[in-house]
Amino acid sequence: MITEFTPIPAILGGALIGASAVALMAFNGRIAGLTGILSGAMLPGAGGRGWRLAFLAGAILAPALMWLALGAPVPFASDLPAWAVILSGLLVGVGVTYGGGCTSGHGVCGIARLSPRSIAATVVFMAFSGATVFVVRHVLGVA
Amino acid sequence: MRAVISAGLAGLVFGAGIAISGMGNPAKVLNFFDVFGTWDPSLLLVMASALTVTMIGYRLVLRRPAPRFDSGFHLPTRRDLDPALIGGSALFGIGWGIAGFCPGGAIPMLGLGEPAALLFVLAMATAMLVTHQLRNAARRAPPQPQTN
Repeated sequence: MITEFTPIPAILGGALIGASAVALMAFNGRIAGLTGILSGAMLPGAGGRGWRLAFLAGAILAPALMWLALGAPVPFASDLPAWAVILSGLLVGVGVTYGGGCTSGHGVCGIARLSPRSIAATVVFMAFSGATVFVVRHVLGVA
Repeated sequence: MRAVISAGLAGLVFGAGIAISGMGNPAKVLNFFDVFGTWDPSLLLVMASALTVTMIGYRLVLRRPAPRFDSGFHLPTRRDLDPALIGGSALFGIGWGIAGFCPGGAIPMLGLGEPAALLFVLAMATAMLVTHQLRNAARRAPPQPQTN
């Protein structure tokens, strides 16, 4: 499926992701990493559930509010069978837990702090994701 | 309470950023990685823009003694690379490349009521909980004697 190159929304949206990370650090002193925020919100006995649930609620509410305001949802396309989505979710869930973060926590917040662990993690997950897409699309020939 | 409100607002901005940037659209994410096919470089600009703002912002914010609504900054201190970090990130990358969903991209898309996003987040959350349980159990278990 072809998607259009959208430089202006990409730069604008990226700046908002950055602004959110800076705000969460300035006000709450926390890393805006969705792996840590989601697992901290789910795990029993973990302190600081309130701010994590609030962040998640805000993140989920935003695209819905934009839909209301703009009259149309933002583009979203996923044509994979359910089993592939579930497999992907299981791999990501195990992977980010052992890896201690994902695109937001390591890729944005960690690299911004020049953390060696985050730089290594980002290089590894980007490379493996690229390799997986290459194998799926150009070796196995699944569109 | 103020900390909960500020986190909620930061979440709103995050969700809007994911939605506007296209980072929540699996088709766009997969095309970003498909350099030899239907390449869409948009996400390169998303990451560059997010990183620029965060680097400059963190530099200003972390100069202060403490955040506004907490007594100190909660920053990871580890700098070593270990097998869990590398192996976990590799698994995450494979999963990301299969469906184009990452945690920060998929969670805001729940607000669109997309069944694929919901399925992904449920599977991911289950795997996160089970993995935490296993890791905690492994830490509690006594060390095994070395037998060669």
